Amino acid sequence: MKNTLNQVFHAPKFLIGFIIFVGLIGFCFIYPFFTDKGPLTMYGNGNFFPPGTYVNREEVVEDDGYTLNIERNAETKIAASLGDNEIKGILTYFDLAGIDYSGIDTNDKVALVDLWMENYSSDYSFKTTTANKKLFARIQSIVEKAQKDTGVIIAEKNAETGELEQSETITGTSYSNTSDLASVITFVLGTDNFGRDVLTELVSATKASLRIGLLAGCIATTIGLLLGLLAGYVGGVIDNLITFVTNLFTVIPSFIILILISYSVGDSARGVTVVGIIIGCTAWPWTTRSVRSQVISLRNRDHVNLSKLSGHSMMRIILTDILPYIASYVVMALILQISSGVLAEAQLSMIGLGPATTKQATLGLMMQWATQYSAHLNGAWWAYFPVVITIALMTFSMNLMNQGLDQVFNPQLRD
Amino acid sequence: MKGYKKYYFNKILWYLLTLVCAVILNFVLPRLMPGDPVASIAANSLAGVTDATQVQKVYAEYAAKFGTDKPMWEQFFIWLGNALHGDLGQSFSQYPREVSDILANAIPWTLALQLPAIIVGWLLGNILGAIAAYMKGVFDKAILPAFMFIGSFPAFGMATILLFIFAIKLQIAPSAGAYGFDLLPSFSPAFIKSVLSHYQLPFWSIVLITIGGQGIGMRSMAIYELNADYVKYSRFLGIKDNKIVGYVFRNAMLPQITGLALSLGTMIGGNMVAEMMFSYPGLGMAMLSAVTGQDYPLLSACTLIITIMVLIANLALEIIYGIIDPRVKAQQQD
Repeated sequence: MKNTLNQVFHAPKFLIGFIIFVGLIGFCFIYPFFTDKGPLTMYGNGNFFPPGTYVNREEVVEDDGYTLNIERNAETKIAASLGDNEIKGILTYFDLAGIDYSGIDTNDKVALVDLWMENYSSDYSFKTTTANKKLFARIQSIVEKAQKDTGVIIAEKNAETGELEQSETITGTSYSNTSDLASVITFVLGTDNFGRDVLTELVSATKASLRIGLLAGCIATTIGLLLGLLAGYVGGVIDNLITFVTNLFTVIPSFIILILISYSVGDSARGVTVVGIIIGCTAWPWTTRSVRSQVISLRNRDHVNLSKLSGHSMMRIILTDILPYIASYVVMALILQISSGVLAEAQLSMIGLGPATTKQATLGLMMQWATQYSAHLNGAWWAYFPVVITIALMTFSMNLMNQGLDQVFNPQLRD
Repeated sequence: MKGYKKYYFNKILWYLLTLVCAVILNFVLPRLMPGDPVASIAANSLAGVTDATQVQKVYAEYAAKFGTDKPMWEQFFIWLGNALHGDLGQSFSQYPREVSDILANAIPWTLALQLPAIIVGWLLGNILGAIAAYMKGVFDKAILPAFMFIGSFPAFGMATILLFIFAIKLQIAPSAGAYGFDLLPSFSPAFIKSVLSHYQLPFWSIVLITIGGQGIGMRSMAIYELNADYVKYSRFLGIKDNKIVGYVFRNAMLPQITGLALSLGTMIGGNMVAEMMFSYPGLGMAMLSAVTGQDYPLLSACTLIITIMVLIANLALEIIYGIIDPRVKAQQQD
């Protein structure tokens, strides 16, 4: 046993897979200790806030601040105040005035503004719609305002007279130290469509998905192992029956059976555990098939025959003479079942047949929510890339471990 | 009967039996769902009506129309009789559209997308695996593992990545649908051009994730065969390397065909979800709308069609296998 483990951990493929897998799981268990965010707390009042650190604006204004000899970048100021509509307006102006802007990237706001300031004059000669005329004037005023550093005036309402009284002017050189501010929150991976913190949600979803995968994998492997042993060792009618059913369900795609069963269970009954059980109950055929063929090749070996002659019971023969020989194979099958269970949950959720719950996030549900709110078309990459990459890393690490084990136990595959 | 005839006869018989089981499962399972979708359709057309006898009458009419007032086995035989004439009933969610009409619009897109993509992915994977086993070096240490990692992405994951890079950032590919929204299906050059440009992303996302898995299988098989006795013997006989490699890859190819047959169902299931990401008007979208609309006539028709497609593909692979593997022929002649 010790020798085998030693061998397994010296297989490079297994080791790499194991490290990735343990890293992923380890992160999921350690991360909750370092955050006070709830996985399902809705922080954002809106969809898909990009990753970053969020500072309370009221607090920044109230903060005394420091004056640094660094002027706020005029260009970033311009860029921040120009929206998509204004950028479109600038491009329209260039088109109408016949200004060549092919040399610059249209996403580069600063370069566009530079070109605008060089070329804009309010008495343009071309004809255009009133809306466009207004837009051009607005763009010009934004650009001009941004060039002058007038600062921002803070005013407070006088409680007695109701008049605004100027209390402070914040200039372009005023800074706040983030460690002085109490209300600072960082969303490493932004927020999702519900306004939840994606990283915290992802960690809890990874654990839930892994639980589903583990449950499905254990059920599928147990059923597969039992039926495979029965068919392979007992033979006869039982073998024919099991082989028939197994062949049937290897040809009818298990994904289809999975969809049909999940649908027939209905929304109200489909929790995380039930989905795991359903996946497990549909995934066993190929395990049965391979266990059966392994057992058949073992059945007539000398040591098994010797056991039979010594009058050992069937149970004992299976436990001592057959199981140890297929143990490595069963472990590999389990690993594959877990990884395909995680994947099956994700795919099922994408069609809307995953766990029917909003109380618990799973990787598939996160993906489904992101897709329903068109994150993949809005460019909100933080809502789905982390999920996709987590699934890929899980599958990849488990496949690697599997191949490493395969190389240890099937010496013919070694180079 | 002897030889191939017997082999094919047995195979076809077995597939027919499987088909019967699949049809029964596809019919029964979705109808076990709790809740009554007919009630919701009736409720839609009854909005505002409060008279109880009127409500009951309309509900009974709809129940009779969809046949849900009869026992399940009777429904099954009626459905089967109609299905044999190509009538799969009416859709609940897109009522009064015929299910067969929805499917007839969806199937060509799915077939045209998945069949070429899976074949191309399988071929490229096998070539890469064979090269990795024979040449080793950078193919074995870098390119194959890279594709293995890419292959770990689920099909829908690869779809989102390609969408993000090519449709949203670079804006060189369309992001949704199978052709431009402003076009009607026809054989005009503009339409064909639009179809081709919409085809790229779904096609490549399937091909990319197929390569790795097939490559790794081929590599194992090829290494196994390269160490076989007949290879050593052929070398002793002085047969040219090229010829030996030909033998080796032919032998290594055979299990790959079985492997493809076994993984076909899983692959197609995954690719359906990728189709949905691109709003490709294939069976994936039809299935999604069936699930969200609680539309079991459509759902069971979709799953049945997918099952039949997988069955036909499997049968085709087995027939091909019978032709290229001489051992099958030898076995049948005993």
